Amino acid sequence: MRDIAPARFYALHLAVIAVLFALNFLLPAYHHGLMARILVLAVFAMGYNMLFGYAGLLSLGHSMFFAAGLYGAGLAVVHLGWGAPPAFAAGLACGAVLSLVIGLLSLRTSGVAFMIVTMMFAQVFYLAILYFAPWTGGDQGLVVPRQARVLTIGDQPFDLADPQVRYLTALALFAAVLLACLALVRSRYGRVLVAIRENEERTTMLGYDTFSNKLAAVVVSGTICAAAGAAYALLFGYVGSNFAGVQYSILPLLWVLVGGAATTLGPLLGTLTMYYVIDVASGYTTAYLLVVGVVLILLVLFFPKGILGSVRQRWLGWLP
Amino acid sequence: MKPLLTTSGLSRRFGGLRAVDDVDFTLMPGEIRGIIGPNGAGKTTFVSLLCGRILPSTGTVMFDGADITGLPAFRRVRRGIAYTFQITSVFAKLSAYDNVALPVQRRLSDSRSTASIRSGVMGALERTGLADRASMPAGELAYGHQRLLEVAMGLALKPRLLILDEPTQGLSDGEIENFIDLVRDIARDATVLIIEHNMPVVMQLAGRITVFDAGRILAEGTPHEIRADLRVQDAYLGTQHG
Repeated sequence: MRDIAPARFYALHLAVIAVLFALNFLLPAYHHGLMARILVLAVFAMGYNMLFGYAGLLSLGHSMFFAAGLYGAGLAVVHLGWGAPPAFAAGLACGAVLSLVIGLLSLRTSGVAFMIVTMMFAQVFYLAILYFAPWTGGDQGLVVPRQARVLTIGDQPFDLADPQVRYLTALALFAAVLLACLALVRSRYGRVLVAIRENEERTTMLGYDTFSNKLAAVVVSGTICAAAGAAYALLFGYVGSNFAGVQYSILPLLWVLVGGAATTLGPLLGTLTMYYVIDVASGYTTAYLLVVGVVLILLVLFFPKGILGSVRQRWLGWLP
Repeated sequence: MKPLLTTSGLSRRFGGLRAVDDVDFTLMPGEIRGIIGPNGAGKTTFVSLLCGRILPSTGTVMFDGADITGLPAFRRVRRGIAYTFQITSVFAKLSAYDNVALPVQRRLSDSRSTASIRSGVMGALERTGLADRASMPAGELAYGHQRLLEVAMGLALKPRLLILDEPTQGLSDGEIENFIDLVRDIARDATVLIIEHNMPVVMQLAGRITVFDAGRILAEGTPHEIRADLRVQDAYLGTQHG
């Protein structure tokens, strides 16, 4: 499988990016806005997939990394008056530091204990946001002022609230993270992560420090999720505690499972599918969660490895 | 000549059970040493203490003149102790190539070249006769080939001490003969410690044999001496051949 020319992988991924770029000009306004949101949340899912899909570590607390980016960027704008680029960097830094600390503590456990510990830390993070309401806005959240949501390139200011700019900025972030993930999973480090997922003890006995490798995976994953959070704050202008709740820890897991764990394009596909299933179903009935449940059951029955995971298994073995 | 590996007073208790009990053991460089003993004699526990999969209750392990008693397993591997598992544990979903690439890229961690990894991987696969199966998922290899892949992964680390835990278990007679040749080949540049239940294999391969019984070393000597040892016959061989 290593003999297939790398050109094929990059051609596929660049084609996906090109299609998403074309959609910027083709989509009607409503779907255009929805798609920008999906792209940012797909970045969140890709970050989750790095840890869950490739390293095999199931975290139930990833909302804290998304929220670290969200609040890191949002609070820097609201309280420190920072511009968009440094605020984005602040969000990334918060995610990186938080994931390093959480990784150091929670990787002392594994399996179910790891799930519980990460979930517990995320709850602490969520409650801390509510507790420090004077700064964070508590359960009301904060609105990121529009004048701060501007990206200046050269002398040209771009208003991140403008739909076109917003979509293309979201796409740029998505494309960068997608290509970085592709390079990472095809690298030697990616091979080590898969080895740890498949048999950690065997990997140790090949001379690998599995703890350090897993810690690096938590930090990479947490930082990508924080990038999604920071971008969300700056593009959509709202920072809210609901993004730190349990629901936003479960959602990326669901998106990744639907799209296909340990596939590079699965997170996008999963996020897209779930968003549109909910969107279409809620147009017909208030009991749309029932439809979502049925769709999930059908997926488990016919695509147990997620959409792309099953496609890879049955038809396209070379998919990364 | 200085010994490659020594243990002194090495013990490991599991609750009230003394799985390994006060073992003093010396291994010289270049040896092929056989370890035999009845089931539950503590053989696997003993080699697990050597490679760091479990830590001793008391006692020390010296490797190449350094005390490695407290070192975690992955650091011992980096110093040159490779262990191949008793129960085949190749990465079933990865190709044979990727299985061997893992130890090669670890050993060559200072080198960034893909070509040197490829040559290291193919070298180990060729020595074990698996080169033409490099792209097959390891889980789809025949059982005998999986055992060989396991050895190839150990070889790829270029170890100074290769520990083989019941490597011929489940192999056919023809495969066992090839395997004996392979181990002799490996022993030209590595010390080999082999736990084996198959007596003819041990008798052919090992220069010296250590017999374990109830967590202790019962006897040690050349295959000829071990065969003649009455205590060994009582504890072990007798029950097999009687």
